[in-house]
Amino acid sequence: MAISPASRAPLLSAHRLAFSRNDEPVFGPLDFSLGRGETLLIEGDNGSGKTTLLRVLAGMLPPGEGEIRFDNEPASRDNRNGCVLWLGHRTGMNESLSARENLEFLAGLYGTRQGASAASAMERVGVVGWLDEPLRTLSAGQKKRVGLARLLLLPGDVWLLDEPYANLDRHGIELVNALIAEHCADGGAALVTSHGAVRFADPRARHIHLVA
Amino acid sequence: MSRSYLPHWIHWLGSPPNFYRFAGALRPWLMAAALVSALIGLYGGLVLAPPDYQQGDAYRIIFIHVPSAWMSLFIYATMAMAGLVALVWRVKLAEVIAMECAPTGAAFTLITLLTGSMWGKPMWGTWWTWDARLTSELVLLFLYFGVIGLYNAFEDRRRGARAASLLALVGIVNLPIVHYSVQWWNTLHQGTTVDLFGKSSIAPSMLWPLLVMALATHLYFFASILGRARTALLSLESGKQWVRALIGGQPTPTTGAPT
Amino acid sequence: MASTAQSIVDGTTVTRVEHASAFGACGALLRRDFVLAWRRRGELFLPLLYAVIVAALFPFALGPDPALLARIAGGVLLVIVVLAMLPALESMFRADLEDGTLEQWLLAPQPLALLALTRVIAHWLTTVLPLIVVMPLLGALLNLPVKVLPVLIVALLLATPLLVLLGSVLSALAAGARRSGILMALMLLPLAVPVVIFAAGAIAAAQSGMPFIAPLSWLAAALVLAIVLAPLACATALRIAVEA
Repeated sequence: MAISPASRAPLLSAHRLAFSRNDEPVFGPLDFSLGRGETLLIEGDNGSGKTTLLRVLAGMLPPGEGEIRFDNEPASRDNRNGCVLWLGHRTGMNESLSARENLEFLAGLYGTRQGASAASAMERVGVVGWLDEPLRTLSAGQKKRVGLARLLLLPGDVWLLDEPYANLDRHGIELVNALIAEHCADGGAALVTSHGAVRFADPRARHIHLVA
Repeated sequence: MSRSYLPHWIHWLGSPPNFYRFAGALRPWLMAAALVSALIGLYGGLVLAPPDYQQGDAYRIIFIHVPSAWMSLFIYATMAMAGLVALVWRVKLAEVIAMECAPTGAAFTLITLLTGSMWGKPMWGTWWTWDARLTSELVLLFLYFGVIGLYNAFEDRRRGARAASLLALVGIVNLPIVHYSVQWWNTLHQGTTVDLFGKSSIAPSMLWPLLVMALATHLYFFASILGRARTALLSLESGKQWVRALIGGQPTPTTGAPT
Repeated sequence: MASTAQSIVDGTTVTRVEHASAFGACGALLRRDFVLAWRRRGELFLPLLYAVIVAALFPFALGPDPALLARIAGGVLLVIVVLAMLPALESMFRADLEDGTLEQWLLAPQPLALLALTRVIAHWLTTVLPLIVVMPLLGALLNLPVKVLPVLIVALLLATPLLVLLGSVLSALAAGARRSGILMALMLLPLAVPVVIFAAGAIAAAQSGMPFIAPLSWLAAALVLAIVLAPLACATALRIAVEA
């Protein structure tokens, strides 16, 4: 089957992307692109700039040099917001609210994937029964899973996942891989950082190795 | 970030090592000119100008008070403009200049308030009154303190500079309030006597020393800010090659492009 | 697996998203903030308690001379409200910065300034409105002349949102900095002074039977300007804060 041009345009691409803090280079220059269905793993030890790279891609930090493009358009709030979902070190949710309340609030900001609901997302990530408890009563692993539920509920083609395997047991790691695989099969893409050895479900996932 | 619409020399000047050399060369001249004009202005104001028919010799403090007041506003405006450049374009030099303006501006504001107080006692019989101009000038002092305080509360100095610049911009609404306070409210402070565009209501023999003192304070401010910005740039760029070369005694490498 | 993926993207794009309108997003944020305020409703009483205690202390400190109290009541109540607002103002964005909610705000397809404005509205409704509601009680404690009370309330209804708008910018700026107790008060003081002056002017005018509409109009004009500009400044400050 011939690949149509539409599927060729990468969702996200970086050209000569570099970043420095206090004039110390943190990473770069990097060139890569992420198309639909692709997974990119960014590996490196602690302090190698993985999180910073992800934050630059997410638009939280301005790139020092180089350019980021979404759908071949220069990155701006218009084309980035609504396209990207961020899962970082912090949960992004309020501890005094329940998982349902947190998820529904975020759905209010971002919209929802068609057919998705807080309950169904929570069920998929295996935290049933904790939907209406205050988030602070959950364990770190469960909170991480609620964060993953957020990825299922909210619309976003590009997943930027910073250390998604942290705080998760073996089942949790398999869950993350499964979710990423399903997302990519559905036409999405994922950019994942990790400092540990990670086995992706998708053996075609590309790697970028950052050196501190 | 293409800045091709800016003239080339601005690009050149914005590069820290270039600015360092340029400022270092210019600063002694400005300081000397400031000193000379201050001496001329003070001589004209303290010796040559006649005593005021109402206040006698007590009025002579205006030759320090008024230029300081003008500087307190001018420096704030400079700080806000540099801060705007720092916020929008993240230019390192703009961040440095904006932040180094704050202590100097605060000092001039303090001098204004103190000299005004010294003048107020013989003139109005009180060290302080809460009229519109004095209050807004005091507010200006606290705005400066806020900028300094916020800047120093950040570990990352570049982020801190941008945050403090935003604060300075928020407070800029105070500038017209200070300036027009004597027109908008019934104040104890005297009205505008020196008009930039019209006829001033002050005697020429008193006006020219005042303007010379204004020139002197401006020159001093420029010299001071060049010096402070140089020092701040050194510490901000301390890891860089050009700074290390400088400390090592080698000639400073200058670049053709901004960092 | 590969061919399935391509067959999906090779067709026309299917709308697989239920979008969130700006209005809906603001509603979601308001709902969230109200729920959080309700969960911590004990804390909301603290500013009220503080205001009542301070108001009650004045007659003891100054002597119960009713004429004296009546003269100063309006101004004192104004100052009490401003001081009582201060602690809550400081923490407007801190919790959300620390738990990563602000990062989610930044990436949401909503104007950040609009979210900031919604936060201001929620904050005012939950922490300041109760203070204004108890004004009659506090006024009674301080022997406030009855004719001044409506003007006091209107002045507060104009001045306090203005202060919360200004405070939102400062809170966002301070949230990105190291924790520094006095910083918020230091930054707010010079900006609050003109607001307090105008509010006090209206109260004093009402007290002496003079027209009070002018200072109130100034407050209203400043409030309108702040509603437009402060959220934009607040959004910029939030972006700076998230950069850490």
